Amino acid sequence: MDMSKDLVAASATPLVLAILAEGDSYGYAIIKRVAELSGGHLQWTDGMLYPVLHRLERQGHVAAKWSASENGRRRKYYRITREGRAQLAAQRQQWKAVDGTLRGIWMQVCTV
Amino acid sequence: MTTFADRPLEEQIAQWREYVRRRQALHGPDVEELEGHLREELAALTEAGLAGDEAFLVAVKRMGSLDALSREFARAHSERLWKQLVIAPDADRPANTAYTETLVVLGLAVAAALAVKVPALFGLRLSPHDEVPPFYFLNASLFVLPLLTIYFVWKRGSGVASSLWLVLPFAAAAVFANVFPFHNPGRLDNFPVGSDTRVLTVLHLPIALWLAVGFAYVGGRWFADGGRMNFVRFSGELAIYYVLIALGGGVFTGFTFMMFAAIGMKADWFVGGWLIPCGAAGAVIIGSWLVEAKQSVIENMAPVLTRLFTPLFTILLLAFLATMAWTGNPINVKREVLIGFDLLLTVVVGLVLYAASARDPQAPPDFFDGLQLLLVVSALVVDGVALWAIAARISEFGFTPNRVAALGENLILLVNLAWSAWLYACFLRQRGSFAALERWQIAYLPVYSVWAALVVVMFPPVFGYR
Repeated sequence: MDMSKDLVAASATPLVLAILAEGDSYGYAIIKRVAELSGGHLQWTDGMLYPVLHRLERQGHVAAKWSASENGRRRKYYRITREGRAQLAAQRQQWKAVDGTLRGIWMQVCTV
Repeated sequence: MTTFADRPLEEQIAQWREYVRRRQALHGPDVEELEGHLREELAALTEAGLAGDEAFLVAVKRMGSLDALSREFARAHSERLWKQLVIAPDADRPANTAYTETLVVLGLAVAAALAVKVPALFGLRLSPHDEVPPFYFLNASLFVLPLLTIYFVWKRGSGVASSLWLVLPFAAAAVFANVFPFHNPGRLDNFPVGSDTRVLTVLHLPIALWLAVGFAYVGGRWFADGGRMNFVRFSGELAIYYVLIALGGGVFTGFTFMMFAAIGMKADWFVGGWLIPCGAAGAVIIGSWLVEAKQSVIENMAPVLTRLFTPLFTILLLAFLATMAWTGNPINVKREVLIGFDLLLTVVVGLVLYAASARDPQAPPDFFDGLQLLLVVSALVVDGVALWAIAARISEFGFTPNRVAALGENLILLVNLAWSAWLYACFLRQRGSFAALERWQIAYLPVYSVWAALVVVMFPPVFGYR
């Protein structure tokens, strides 16, 4: 399934926030988690995750910290903030609304 | 993240790193983060059985196109764009070539210079021997700012139809500057403009209209992509360029006098009637163009100036408070004191604003942030003391337009600084992000212009055109 670029971009924020709500993580692991969750349907070019993370950090939705990883190099870990959780809840409401609306119209289309 | 035994692979990674580093939207730590990602991807791919160079190809492909990537980085960190404008212009919009731009700018600058001379056709002459007619002071911003707005509408490629509403503020300004029947008590304090409310209009109209310029500057994206912060940077940078151009203009004027005096000619009609007024108008357009073309001065100047003057002003304010507490001298409230304290608060807000504009919002709090908080708090205390004294005077002598205007400005700046101090304190205690402070500062920008517009529109009738 080839998903439109806009849709992928729009879903990036809630997806990243939701993954970070599961626990602190870092770029590579987040990408792996996205692939796992979407069963490969959501294809991100890997690099694109980082601007999203940085934007969230700037908006105060996530906080970042450099710490050593298990193999000695520095790695940047991200953590969701309280504001981030509020944002996630808000986004969730919005996506629910979109989802509900689409479901409604698709049910009608099917019955017609 | 692994280091690879495979020498060629390490070399390829090093080459890739060098290549990525050349992207100016990507800073050192970003490159490090991306490299970490690349290495993990490589480790996973080699473990799955790919050879080093194969894994490298796949990993780099998965990382995505660097052009698209640096564009996204530039969008996420719009302050970095300031220097390079990496956000490539949208492909579907024809790029305005440098040549056309030069022509447009020169045309607008000449138009601004000529606009200053138009009133002379109707008998309002500028001459070095007479007083400048008040008309010029009242309409100073209207000679230049509409043309500057046109430049930005053109430059940003905003549609003419969607920008048409920008005519409204300028039309309204022209009406309010000129229809009020201001009293004319002759020369007052050597300011040949007359009544108090007229002086207030002269001072406040440019501030009110600057917001309209700002809307044109951000090209309809007032709330997006750090547009407002870029406008703040633009304003500061324009001020710096304007001062530089004015210095050059002063030298030019001096030579004009000297050389013509040497052959027994007086050049003062040319200097007073043409060179200074036309040059002052045209320089705004030229200065803005320079800022647009070479957006790098403020990146060097603002941090240096704020870092230089924040400690100095902090020491000044603390010394002032200590002296006042030690000697017990009350503030001697004179006419200028309130305005003086307004200017002081303006300087402090400016220091906070430009420190914020030049700061990396993600950096953790450091010593300088503590100093900024100290500056803001001491400014608040000093201003509180001054306000107390001034309130006593107003209750004694009643309201005048000047006092109300100065008091209003003082309150506006006080609210800004009080909340800034609170946000700074939160940030220093790691309870909030610096972004909150930045957001507060840029969200507050329209307040200044709205107040200035109120002063222009309401004060003259309310105070009976005094």
